[in-house]
Amino acid sequence: MPEPTTPTPPRRAAGGVGTHPAAPAGPRPHAAGVGTSPARPEAEAKVNGAFDYASDLHFDGMLWGHTLRSPHPSAGIRAVDTAPALALPGVHAVLTAADVPGKLHYGLIDADQPVLAAGEVRYQGEPVAIIAADTLDTARLAAEAIRVDYEVREPQCDPQAAVDAGNHFRYQPVRLGEPVTAEAAVIIAREYTVGMQDQAPLGPESGAAVPTGDGGVRLHVATQWLHSDLEQLAPCLDLEPDRIHMVMAGIGGAFGAREDLSVQAHMAMLALATGRPVKMMYDRAESFLGHVHRHPARMRYEHGADEHGRLVYVKAHIVLDGGAYASTTDAVVGNAASLAVGPYEVEHVAIDAWGARTNNPPCGAMRGFGGVQTCFAYESQMDALAEALGLDPLEIRRRNAVAQGSRLINGQIIDAPSPAAPAVVGSDAVPQAGTAPSPAPPGAAGADARPFSPLADMIDRIREIPVPAIPAARDILDLPGGTGNTTHGEGVRRGVGYGVGLKNVCYSEGFDDYSTARIRLELEDGEPVATIHTAAAEVGQGHWNLQTQIVRTELGVDRVRLAPNDTKVGSAGSSSASRQSYMTGGAVKAAAEAARALWTDRDLADGPIEATRVFRHRATKPMDAITGQGDSHVQLALCVHRATVDVDVELGLVKVVDLTCVQDVGKAMNPNALEGQIHGGTAQGLGLAVMEELVTVRGEVKNASFTDYLIPTILDMPPMRLHIVENADPEAPYGLRGAGEPPTLSSTPAIVAAIRDATGLALTRVPVRPEHLTTGRPS
Amino acid sequence: MTTPALTAPAFHRPADLADALAHLAEHPGAVPIAGGTDLMVAVNYRRARPEAMLDLTGLAELRAWSDEGDAIRIGSGVPYARIVAELATVLPGLAAASRTVGSPQIRNRGTLGGNLATASPAGDGHPPLLACGARITIASTAGTRTVAADAFFTGPKRSVLEPGELITAVTVPKAAGPQQFLKVGTRNAMVIAVCSFALSLDLDARRLGTGIGSAGPVPLRAREAERIDLPWADPRRFDDALAAEFGRRVAAAASPMDDVRGTADYRRHALAVCAARALRRVWAAAHTEGSGR
Ligand SMILES: Cc1cc2nc3c(=O)[nH]c(=O)nc-3n(C[C@H](O)[C@H](O)[C@H](O)COP(=O)(O)OP(=O)(O)OC[C@H]3O[C@@H](n4cnc5c(N)ncnc54)[C@H](O)[C@@H]3O)c2cc1C
Repeated sequence: MPEPTTPTPPRRAAGGVGTHPAAPAGPRPHAAGVGTSPARPEAEAKVNGAFDYASDLHFDGMLWGHTLRSPHPSAGIRAVDTAPALALPGVHAVLTAADVPGKLHYGLIDADQPVLAAGEVRYQGEPVAIIAADTLDTARLAAEAIRVDYEVREPQCDPQAAVDAGNHFRYQPVRLGEPVTAEAAVIIAREYTVGMQDQAPLGPESGAAVPTGDGGVRLHVATQWLHSDLEQLAPCLDLEPDRIHMVMAGIGGAFGAREDLSVQAHMAMLALATGRPVKMMYDRAESFLGHVHRHPARMRYEHGADEHGRLVYVKAHIVLDGGAYASTTDAVVGNAASLAVGPYEVEHVAIDAWGARTNNPPCGAMRGFGGVQTCFAYESQMDALAEALGLDPLEIRRRNAVAQGSRLINGQIIDAPSPAAPAVVGSDAVPQAGTAPSPAPPGAAGADARPFSPLADMIDRIREIPVPAIPAARDILDLPGGTGNTTHGEGVRRGVGYGVGLKNVCYSEGFDDYSTARIRLELEDGEPVATIHTAAAEVGQGHWNLQTQIVRTELGVDRVRLAPNDTKVGSAGSSSASRQSYMTGGAVKAAAEAARALWTDRDLADGPIEATRVFRHRATKPMDAITGQGDSHVQLALCVHRATVDVDVELGLVKVVDLTCVQDVGKAMNPNALEGQIHGGTAQGLGLAVMEELVTVRGEVKNASFTDYLIPTILDMPPMRLHIVENADPEAPYGLRGAGEPPTLSSTPAIVAAIRDATGLALTRVPVRPEHLTTGRPS
Repeated sequence: MTTPALTAPAFHRPADLADALAHLAEHPGAVPIAGGTDLMVAVNYRRARPEAMLDLTGLAELRAWSDEGDAIRIGSGVPYARIVAELATVLPGLAAASRTVGSPQIRNRGTLGGNLATASPAGDGHPPLLACGARITIASTAGTRTVAADAFFTGPKRSVLEPGELITAVTVPKAAGPQQFLKVGTRNAMVIAVCSFALSLDLDARRLGTGIGSAGPVPLRAREAERIDLPWADPRRFDDALAAEFGRRVAAAASPMDDVRGTADYRRHALAVCAARALRRVWAAAHTEGSGR
């Protein structure tokens, strides 16, 4: 834990408590408080290799668990013979669906996913049996020894055909105005495809289950949401929730992949069956099959605009492939539908969005959550409109930009931020704490008669940042193809493109979204020490650090500790939807304020103070089933990207040479961590633009490895120029705006637009592959 | 695989080649390990469960290279990082290929011997060996034999290597002119080749050498392309049409397939582009001032 030196807190002047530290009057700047970038508490351990990830878990006498998975995307199971596996020395348990103690299914929204397949399998990789053995290798051999009699079926892999046959998890239309009769001067109709992206967290799914001796079980697991896991697990294990203690294990990345259960139920069953601690850890190939992915999408869009480029109508037919089980498809479809047009004003709208049920791998949460797919489509459409009208791509976006008081297509009125005081820090870099706000930006007031449009403002800002000059003689490492030495400049053309993304922050559509924090204050060696207890997952975003910053700011204490995240405190909700700074940040702030109030009337020498608070954001409404109308979102976040790419047009190889980003974050809580989030989100969007795709053929995954599922390396990701805007949201703690997801939306269309600019090709599919730019151009 | 090993494999780390070969003869189940960058991946995924391992990293003679006059004899256990650092001037093609292998960590451990023995069609060490006319030295207790690089591979992940044999060295003729290696991948670094092409121009023999990677079951030579007429008498007569014809011949020599890394069409196209670029580059390098020999 870093313990930066700060001025000694003021002593209470009167009251007869001598020199004991007293409560501060209110929040105040702290050297390691909100708005600063102290080193993360876990940074040193992560850098020097000492940090315990879930895969490092070890318990004396523990067994290894392993999962037998279906090789078939669709098959009946006639029989499972576990005897040959049980006969192997070192094997302690082999369990199947028949051994599930309680409810047979679980799920985040709908409990439709079997703990273990019973009677049939619906996707390749579906768990069929689980084994506990002395070693992982023995467990794997035992899995190979299990005989499963499959009746292989023809898998349903075409999402549109599935929708046509009525196999969908959700259909959500949005209707506004008179889309059927609306007429436009320019019409652009195109079909877009988004491949299946994977979160590819470096830490594989891992955890350990330890029987507690009283029939209960303790689970150490790397997850995004401990309490949701618990809620899903308890009925399956047929245990009262209080018999299950969930403890967070070190998380090696998440991005949505840890929102659904993976090892949890299986290792708990094995631990309860054997009475021994059981550890499970997927290898890379199994990890690719053992978690949900980003929904692949096919989207037919039609945009109509007037001769000035103002949108008249948007029609879209969006099919997301949910795969075999529901996971979070329901909510993903809601986002895809409500964000289908992006941050633009339009009067007439007809959106139809489906989440198809197929025999493809299940899809669920991934950074951007339904906002990514449609963003690629609507931004491509905006570019196509601009081209048809001879307009600058930024200009067309500016003309249509939502403003204060604009109505989104779900009918929601944009009510934040306040146009009065757009505070801005930083110029070409992430802001330093204490940077003075710049004067009101153009478009804030005055010249435009329109209300303040944060988006128009951001567009103006990115226009001001010059496109980088091309360095003349360059190393091959700076050219497309990189180390491959494929070009020394031959065939290289440059292109520039823009992308804008709109993402909802926190849970939408009426979900009761809350977080809980407990703060304990006590004296140690005469100094106040605060301990924060939440269940919030530190997935690498810097949330632990943020909690300590908030407590230092609110309580003025230097020494802050983090209690292990577990289920002995209330739910924090998931580390997803860009919500943890807002929600658990809000809960920690509220608990700290409560502790401060208690402290004001007490002397810590008389004993510790403890305060627990639950924080909720404002209520949202469900989307109407027929019109999609309803104030379904809490907070909306914007990001604008400009990509500059060099394309070897003969080989179809791409090098992104610059990414410039303007993002509105409300408040830069921790500039360093914020920068990391924008870099990371942008890189993930870059991955989707040019390389990341989990390829399936007839339901079978063809590249479940880092050899063939490529994620960007440091050579693929250019240095970024960030321009952070802080338009405070009066409803949010410290005015902050969730920041982790928006860059993932806008970087993909920006990069593809830049590739279009370099090649002149239409490019309606991501990832763009080398053959799409050369031999296999879609006609 | 034979009987699965459930205990840690027996490990032997001999200090000289004779010991290594004798051990291998006595323990046919022992799997040689050099850098481990192929083998340990297989072990990790349990695609291989070796009952015994023969660690080659203690064999000094495998970890050294020597100047044999007109060729360099590279011990099979010399890692890529050293080929790049120490042999880039004499063997520019092989060094360029070595530079594209994996990441710095992989180049510090991975060896040519391991690359050859694995015999992956995508092995980046192979095309330059074909283009340069390298010879591979193979030893067993029965003796030593050498095999030309283009006769070493018999199929995907298959080679002439017999049980009990070790690759001891690869002998590569010193460059007699400019050489090029181009590797196409969907990522700018650390990527398995979608296809690759190696070219060597021998200014003394006025001969071209070629090697195609990742576009057939084994690395291939483009013999028709090697026979193309080059304007030696008047180098300025070299033009884009000639380069393009060379590219076509190289593409024709490949027998690629569609897979998750790329389509056969794309591989042929990319090979034609790479080959034309490679030829232009070596020709320009040979005939502009201060380069060539
Ligand atoms: C992350 C990563 C990236 C990679 N990138 C590339 C790449 O870009 N290009 C590429 O070509 N390869 C790549 N590889 C594969 C691998 O690094 C190379 O093939 C390397 O040359 C293998 O050499 P090694 O010494 O590590 O072999 P090992 O793993 O030690 O051995 C491989 C095989 O060869 C046998 N063997 C080793 N030495 C001998 C010998 N002297 N005689 C007989 N048999 C022997 C072993 O028994 C084993 O079967 C990559 C691997 C990884 C893990």
